[in-house]
Amino acid sequence: MNTVPVAAPTRLVELTVDGESVKVAEGTTVLQACRGAGCDDIPTLCYGDTLTPKNACRVCMVEVEGSRTLVPSCSRKVEAGMVVHTDTERVQHSRKMVLEFLGSSTDLSVAPHVADWNEQYAVDVDRYGPDRRTKAQPVKRDNELYVRDYEKCILCYKCVDACGEQWQNTFAIAVAGRGFDSHIAAEYDTELPDSACVYCGNCIAVCPTGALMFTSEHDMRADGSWDESRQTETDTICPYCGVGCQLTLHVQDNAIVKVTSPSDHSVTHGNLCIKGRFGFQHVQNH
Amino acid sequence: MDLKLSAHTPTADEIDAIDALLGATGEYDHRLARAGHDLRDQRHRLLPVLHAVNDRVGWISRGAINHIAARMDVAPAEIYGVATFYGLFSTTERSTRQVHVCVDLACQIAGATVPDGAHESPCLGLCERAPAVLLVEAGPQARQTVLAPATPVQVRALLDGGAAPDEAPAEVATPQVAAGADDLVLLGRVGVVDPTSLHSYRSHGGYAALRRAIEIGPVGVIREMLDSGIMGRGGAAFPAGRKWDAVARQPARPHYLVCNADESEPGTFKDRVIMEGDPFSLIEAMTIAAYATGCEQGWIYLRGEYPRARRRLTDAIEQAVAHGLLGDDVMGAGFSFHLEVFLGAGAYICGEETAIFNSIEGFRGEPRNKPPFPVEVGVFGKPTVVNNVETLANVLPIVLGGGQAYASVGTTGSTGTKLFCVSGAVARPGVYELPFGATLREVIDLAGGMREGSTLRTVLLGGAAGSFATPDELDVPLTFEDLRAAKLSLGSGVVMVLDQTADLTAFVHRIAAFFRDESCGQCVPCRVGTMRQEEVLLRLEHGGPKAAADRELLADIGRVLRDASICGFGHSAHGAIESAIAKLGVFS
Repeated sequence: MNTVPVAAPTRLVELTVDGESVKVAEGTTVLQACRGAGCDDIPTLCYGDTLTPKNACRVCMVEVEGSRTLVPSCSRKVEAGMVVHTDTERVQHSRKMVLEFLGSSTDLSVAPHVADWNEQYAVDVDRYGPDRRTKAQPVKRDNELYVRDYEKCILCYKCVDACGEQWQNTFAIAVAGRGFDSHIAAEYDTELPDSACVYCGNCIAVCPTGALMFTSEHDMRADGSWDESRQTETDTICPYCGVGCQLTLHVQDNAIVKVTSPSDHSVTHGNLCIKGRFGFQHVQNH
Repeated sequence: MDLKLSAHTPTADEIDAIDALLGATGEYDHRLARAGHDLRDQRHRLLPVLHAVNDRVGWISRGAINHIAARMDVAPAEIYGVATFYGLFSTTERSTRQVHVCVDLACQIAGATVPDGAHESPCLGLCERAPAVLLVEAGPQARQTVLAPATPVQVRALLDGGAAPDEAPAEVATPQVAAGADDLVLLGRVGVVDPTSLHSYRSHGGYAALRRAIEIGPVGVIREMLDSGIMGRGGAAFPAGRKWDAVARQPARPHYLVCNADESEPGTFKDRVIMEGDPFSLIEAMTIAAYATGCEQGWIYLRGEYPRARRRLTDAIEQAVAHGLLGDDVMGAGFSFHLEVFLGAGAYICGEETAIFNSIEGFRGEPRNKPPFPVEVGVFGKPTVVNNVETLANVLPIVLGGGQAYASVGTTGSTGTKLFCVSGAVARPGVYELPFGATLREVIDLAGGMREGSTLRTVLLGGAAGSFATPDELDVPLTFEDLRAAKLSLGSGVVMVLDQTADLTAFVHRIAAFFRDESCGQCVPCRVGTMRQEEVLLRLEHGGPKAAADRELLADIGRVLRDASICGFGHSAHGAIESAIAKLGVFS
């Protein structure tokens, strides 16, 4: 006789978000509950929908009544009776400071949404003075496929998690050093061709600030020709093997400039291999 | 796992050091599917292996990391990430002999200077004899020795290859013992018992508490702990009985016990004195804790800069095992408990209760987000009791005399006696034991009052994570509740006394530098906030037209550190500085 495993029924948990009563499934995070309740303006940087929340950036903090400190909404699970406030003065202060800390030490110029948040939270990095320590450093170009511009790195750990046990299992990079000197590195800060990197580019896919970027995109941005308004996105299936990964080809001026895969695709979850992500040159060889 | 190793090869010494710890090579066939798991299951031995290499050759080379990677099936990048987290390791070649000069708070006010060729070190936990130096010698017979107080001439001699003189006995740090006090509960055996002899410990009442514990059973022990009202002594003051009770009730198995002996809070040295002067008491207390909470494995997570404590504890564990007081059938009572010393490697943050777990498991010592709390999900994902050394030392009197008798000492909210680490401008610095409720004035008087020629300026209470008390606060009773009401904190029991000669500005800068140095770097508020805090303080020192704005910025930084950091390190990184500005007028 065949048996069909039946999962335990999901219980609903009731909580309050900004005065509204919300019912969500047990195990939901506060962030998901808030977004479900229509509160869409909680900023996130280190959160990724395909990764376990690391809650390192601390920009998604919300206030939960009864908690001594603010709470990272991306990772905290909902509890019955929780009273959440997403936009108090304390929350705004915390977000402003985190954005100022990041903005005063790293280059967030190409990070999506940050310019809007800076305006919303009245971010002022100049008050940290001209002599402040920053993460300014030369761009690392040690291979033809992608560049690493660690001046833009906010140490969200997403590339490390994607390279390591959560997706790729390559473990080419890790966080090295401590404190302000922490940085993403292969062993002994060696160049990528000498490391275990397999150039799947899954780190690029999860990077929230553009610190990891296709060389094609990086160079076009540098010479001013990158223009997303002129780009089209075309979905197709990767032709290389039989797995069936969905590709999104980003095309500008009739040339492929970047390849991604949707993070909600059931096969890839946003991940590809070196061929799917970078092996498109032959399409353009006439 | 598909490891990709560089061409760098290990030296014979490195191979020998690594294989001595992991066993001979060739036992695993990588073609078998299970082999990788067997190798990776040893990940918790990564920090001990890194110690072994560092002890043998003085640094950790690419060749050594390659060999460790192959032996443990861990990627070189990860090993590099772990090795670079710890202050005692180096991934660049250096001399096999290093002199670490403490530049932290107590040593700073004692006038420590760092000559060329020496390394700056955070607090070495020898504050009663400041200034202090740690000598590390790598080689087949690796050695660590401490020297305190260290004169500049002696430091120079160490740098030139000289040997450190023998260390004074542990009881030098307990002037109460020398004065003949016979009412000490926690320090009673220090200086009396021979710390290297189980026989001596037993003839001074040792292992009576474990026998009593077995009589009343695990439930009875936890009842006594709850009745005693004891609060944890590590700094957070959580009721220890409730912690034990919660772990004992967890259905998930196994349960683990971790003793937090990573005593690194600047100005703190009480745990060192217990471990050096009465090591068997800690082992007996841990055995009772393990019995009560159902733990079969325990670790003493000891900071890497305590060589004598390490020797004493390792030796004591061996003796206890040999006499059936640890191991598979403790005292013939049918429960087993295995205990190991796990050595830290120079990272203050590893004293955070969840950072300890990551460190033991062989990862970077970064704190975990809570919840889940350690009593549910601790080391290796299992329910875990984490107690400070001093907390555990209190278990013996609680079990022997009963919880209620214990609770009759001290106050309702703060029961029992407390160890105070008195350093700075007093006549007799050292560890002092007093019942909760004694005042700061009484503690200072017990330490012989102010040093001749000194007048009291301020007291740093609770360490770098604590706050400053002014001379008009000397009569506040030292209890958790009274101090909280007075916006002070007891922290780890630091009483660092500063006189009129202390350079408060430099002292506050050192606190800021300490937090910047020791931040693990995981969360943005702490990683950048501790850096910005230090920068603003340097600007404030020189005043200028932007001072008012800088003061506001500093308050903003303090607020986000407290509100949004992951762990208690960030939460407390601004408290002492805030109190120095508000109460002492530093930078005004």
